[in-house]
Amino acid sequence: MPTLKTGARFKSAVCAGEIMVVSAPGDDVELTCGGHPMVEPGSEVADGASVRPDHAVGIAMGKRYINEDETLEVLCVKAGDGALAVNGQLLLQKDTKQLPKTD
Amino acid sequence: MNVMMLLEMASGAFPDRPAFTDGERGVTYTYSELFEAARYRAGSIRAQGASRMAKLDVSNLGTPLGLFSSAWAGVPYVPLNYRLTDDEIQALLKRVTPAYLVTSADRVQALGALDAVHAIATDTFLDASAHSTPVEGEWSMDPEEIAVLLFTSGTTGEPKAAVLRHKHLVSYILSSVEFASAPEGDASLVCVPPYHIAGIAAIMSSVYSGRHVIQLPNFSAERWIELVRKHQVTTAFVVPTMLARIVDALEAEGATNANMPHLNSLAYGGGKMPLSVIEKAMALFPDTDFSNAYGLTETSSTICVLGPDAHREAVASTTEAGRRRLVSVGQALPGVEIEIRDDEGNVMGPGERGEIYVRGEQVSGEYEGKGSVVDSEGWFPTRDAGSLDDEGYLFLEGRADDVIVRGGENLSPGEIEDVLLTHPAVADVAVVGVPDEQWGEAVAAAIVAKAGATIDMQELAELVKDQLRSSRVPAHMDQWDELPYNETGKLLRRVVKASFVEKLG
Repeated sequence: MPTLKTGARFKSAVCAGEIMVVSAPGDDVELTCGGHPMVEPGSEVADGASVRPDHAVGIAMGKRYINEDETLEVLCVKAGDGALAVNGQLLLQKDTKQLPKTD
Repeated sequence: MNVMMLLEMASGAFPDRPAFTDGERGVTYTYSELFEAARYRAGSIRAQGASRMAKLDVSNLGTPLGLFSSAWAGVPYVPLNYRLTDDEIQALLKRVTPAYLVTSADRVQALGALDAVHAIATDTFLDASAHSTPVEGEWSMDPEEIAVLLFTSGTTGEPKAAVLRHKHLVSYILSSVEFASAPEGDASLVCVPPYHIAGIAAIMSSVYSGRHVIQLPNFSAERWIELVRKHQVTTAFVVPTMLARIVDALEAEGATNANMPHLNSLAYGGGKMPLSVIEKAMALFPDTDFSNAYGLTETSSTICVLGPDAHREAVASTTEAGRRRLVSVGQALPGVEIEIRDDEGNVMGPGERGEIYVRGEQVSGEYEGKGSVVDSEGWFPTRDAGSLDDEGYLFLEGRADDVIVRGGENLSPGEIEDVLLTHPAVADVAVVGVPDEQWGEAVAAAIVAKAGATIDMQELAELVKDQLRSSRVPAHMDQWDELPYNETGKLLRRVVKASFVEKLG
């Protein structure tokens, strides 16, 4: 898959999930959803593949996901059944603090 | 990254929720209607070959539509101040050509005659039948593209155009708003001008949280109260002068309680809030959470917030330091860092006054044609003066440029104002420096008395001398009926200064 760049969008090859990269490490990593590499939004998706059972916790719209050392952060812009992972390690949902409404 | 993505997510998650309602005309866009309308208006903007999309009109449905369709078309959105003179407006328009201008019907002919300005009336912009060609494809996800150009109200020289890129605005929203966090039925009343950063921020944060925005194009306290009740508004943002008028209007009704239990939160910012106003407001709105927000155009809106709990703790506090928190602007948002520095750039400790510096993903600090004023480590000098207390609560002390230099000593107008405001007869005060033969500058104070109170200038001079020192005692003190503020609640210090200078000859 192409290098992850801030602002870039990717979609899952095996579910409805889509993400946007919020921050990315400089080196090449493999981002997967449902256990399969994510692809650019316009690309064709091959039939037949499906979400791997061990990568199936799902992603929720508006939630942010990070890797363990927090060098990668992505925002889920469309919900899906697959789980996100980078280099085989599942991403974690980022805790966000609810702030007072100001505007 | 693109602000259109915020609308795409909202439209996908709750397509049929009302998104924006024009409080005067009573017309509404749902989230999916706004999304589809943006697709067609983006097509029209592209078809004109415009490099910018300008909007010169009061708040209406064309305001969010302008912001999002520009983002989809890939051109900066430029909301202009409709209170400027015709000459000023034309000068700004010439800086953003070729422009696709949406304006009130009465201005279309004159402004459309300018070179490279394609002008249409707001009604035409909103009329679906006038926009038949949708834009092709998706919006750009390049985070470096410019989302908004905002002309700042500089006090000297030409207005500067602050550059806000998609990465700044989207970072601000992602770090400060939880997606879809507004329950269905939540409504926000927006009365800040559409050409102000708070107006831009209100659009984006309401969309991302899934809230229904009610627009109030021309603020009056009576209309504000009426719309809050009519639409069962749950949240609103006002500038200090607006809150003062709302408090006055409620008191004029004889109310001891605003009777707006649905109003969960009331945020304010944009200028210094007089302690008496916020204390009265908290009594009138006992069920409402108050928040104070501090931010600048160049920082994509809010960087500091004093939240509801801090408000309640301050009011209940028995110590002076505790109560003083009520006039602080709170602590930095997550992802935002704040430092106070002296003239030589040294970082200052708690309680020490200096210039406020800010750093974070949402900080732009860039002006068109002038480049960035952010330093190599990402710090933006705000030109605001202030201090942090030992828990990181920020206190504003006016503009760094407002510092009075008397006999080589730097005096902060805010420090003197804070002391004068503690006097029971004083409602409002502005301290400025005026030219002085002996000292270089002398301290002058314009003082507004509370209703029914009499000002004793000698007493005020003693108060400043006792609390601070004799060099801070105003050499000139005048009683004013009211102080001059702009429409977003900023004290027009230069007007006060000019008046003293003229009088002193």
